[in-house]
Amino acid sequence: MRIVVAMSGGVDSSAVAGLLHEQGHEVIGVTLQLYDHGVATGRKGACCAGQDIHDARRVADRLGISHYVIDAEERFAKAVISGFADSYANGETPVPCITCNQTVKFADLSVLARDLGAERLATGHYVRRLDGPDGAELHRAADPARDQSWFLFATTRHQLDMCLFPLGGMEDKRAVRDVAQRLGLGVAEKPDSQDICFVPAGSYADVIGKIRPDALEPGQIVTADGRVVGTHDGIARYTVGQGKRLGDAAMLDGQRQVVVFTEPGRRRVVVGPRGTGTQTLTLRDVNWLISEPADEIRCAVKLRAREEPRAATVRTESGLTSVVLDQPALPAPGQACVFYLGERILGGGIINRSVALTAPERLTA
Amino acid sequence: MTALHYLDANASQPLRPAALDAILAAFEVAGNPSSVHRAGRGVRRILEDARDVIARGFGGQPQDLVFTAGGTEADATAIHAMSAGRRLIISAIEHDAVRSAAAGAAILPVGPDGVADMDALEVLLSAGNPSLVCLMLANNETGVIQPVEQAAAICRRYGAVLHVDAVQAAGRMPVRLDMIGAHSLAISSHKLGGPAGVGALLLAPDAPFAAPLVGGGGQERGRRGGTPAVALIAGFAAAVQANEADDPHRLATMRDAAEQAAQACGAVVCGDPKNRLPNTSCIALPGTAAGVQVIALDLEKIAVSAGAACSSGKVQTSHVLQAMGLGTLAGEAIRVSLPWNVTEADIDAFASAYRRVADRLRATLV
Repeated sequence: MRIVVAMSGGVDSSAVAGLLHEQGHEVIGVTLQLYDHGVATGRKGACCAGQDIHDARRVADRLGISHYVIDAEERFAKAVISGFADSYANGETPVPCITCNQTVKFADLSVLARDLGAERLATGHYVRRLDGPDGAELHRAADPARDQSWFLFATTRHQLDMCLFPLGGMEDKRAVRDVAQRLGLGVAEKPDSQDICFVPAGSYADVIGKIRPDALEPGQIVTADGRVVGTHDGIARYTVGQGKRLGDAAMLDGQRQVVVFTEPGRRRVVVGPRGTGTQTLTLRDVNWLISEPADEIRCAVKLRAREEPRAATVRTESGLTSVVLDQPALPAPGQACVFYLGERILGGGIINRSVALTAPERLTA
Repeated sequence: MTALHYLDANASQPLRPAALDAILAAFEVAGNPSSVHRAGRGVRRILEDARDVIARGFGGQPQDLVFTAGGTEADATAIHAMSAGRRLIISAIEHDAVRSAAAGAAILPVGPDGVADMDALEVLLSAGNPSLVCLMLANNETGVIQPVEQAAAICRRYGAVLHVDAVQAAGRMPVRLDMIGAHSLAISSHKLGGPAGVGALLLAPDAPFAAPLVGGGGQERGRRGGTPAVALIAGFAAAVQANEADDPHRLATMRDAAEQAAQACGAVVCGDPKNRLPNTSCIALPGTAAGVQVIALDLEKIAVSAGAACSSGKVQTSHVLQAMGLGTLAGEAIRVSLPWNVTEADIDAFASAYRRVADRLRATLV
């Protein structure tokens, strides 16, 4: 069948293109140009495309498949980068990869795939799509170290129907590199990409500063009861749960402090003793990968990309989805809360700022 | 597997067989045209014969023809050599070859028909500063022919210099520098059926050529250093001669047939339809991105293009169509440009592929 493969120029999506081509499918490689590489790296005269697009084209050449570069710069700037900056300015810690998957990658590419008469859209994500009694299901990857299901909770069921994730069942990354090696792809030993793609130098604050300079204005660090305990150089540099960059406020009254929330309006970073947490959170932009449950459900929720799921109850009442954790935690607004039942992803949403914090139990005890 | 239907001549023409013969014959001859010995003379003769053919073919004198590595270098050389002490004015629809060499230039607007505004040129020049004006002869995206004779007359009245980028026009319509009255003309070999990698800047006898872009060993009468690519130049000249036998009506008839097939699917023709190169058609399909149309047609083995392709291959919104005030249509137009060896079968294949693609793309619209 005709399959569009989203090729980033990395080893994973290259291996996907190679595997599907090897299986006899008509593979159409598509690479999204998301931002001007020359501008992002600050190198004058650098090609707008960058090495990754070049690598993707060379893989397509090697496989003998069609390959196209799609200009998604404007779309990416609007849908992902400006939202990223706004989210920080609003006192959140966004996950731009989720927004990108939700908009540019799965929404736009599945339309493109249909426009090109393709039956499937394949990517190099490490997740498994299984056919269940009620349609396609999203499951965690076979390799827990590589699992990317948390980043894909916002894929709609309609999009999921069309998707293929050939790497979801791979044993580990080495196995993927071996596939690329066997197929003679030059990217077989290319290093994994790091961090946020449009912030190659690692300074996300610079990117935010260009779009939302207000998020980098200095302000006070205070305790929950309003005591000024330090100063900061922009709320965008702080994430809920963070213990670094607090200066003298890192330790108060003999207790290690962490950021418990930020107040963008007053440009304040609020700290509290480590262990401060909440049991209740509310979500927005909720996406269900099962039929939306009428009653509350028991499941495990994952609040950050790299942490284990924790037991919780999820309920939706008059359009508002809330989560009650069995044990308190300190979720960061703007991050995703993804619902798991065993290996299966049931859905998820973005964590709202309104969290009712309580001091750690050992303090109140 | 069906063959590719190549309808992207404005990107590059297929090589003329006569050009290939001339290239191979010239490659047999060793030597450097600057050498004293007879080997050098043998190569020099090929070079100068080609110079005679090309210069006379475009209404100029051999001693005024400067070989370059292509159209881009010819444009850049003209601007570099003649802009000192002059204000730059370029039309809004110039190719990047001119635009990138003319940073900070004043922009001469075009109308919705894609034709540069001569009244505006008059106004720009009446400011009185010495100027270098760049106006292309035929646009690469729409094929629309520009009023270069009129522009030359206006420029000369104000003492301004006019450079004409004739890269797309050369080989598709009669082009004579002496009749146009401009100061220089840029030509590219591969756009007229010769090999890529060579082009020429043809100067009028009164062109104020001040300094070369590349000095080197003083070749080309000190106007372009470097040993010329003699074999490619021989192919360039052979292609110029081969074009003279072409029937432009054949191309125009086939172009119109392709265009009508697209119009029947709801496509809109961009630019003045009566004043175009015979091989070029710029057709927009409202509501569908140009890049997607190009990809979908490629999957049907039809080679067309959209906008000016960046080196990465991504399709950018056309600055030409934007300058014509086409709004969103500017991002929805493809360019169909027929090569010298196009066949009826190519046109039929295009027509049926366009119908299939247009049907599918419109199905996902609503």
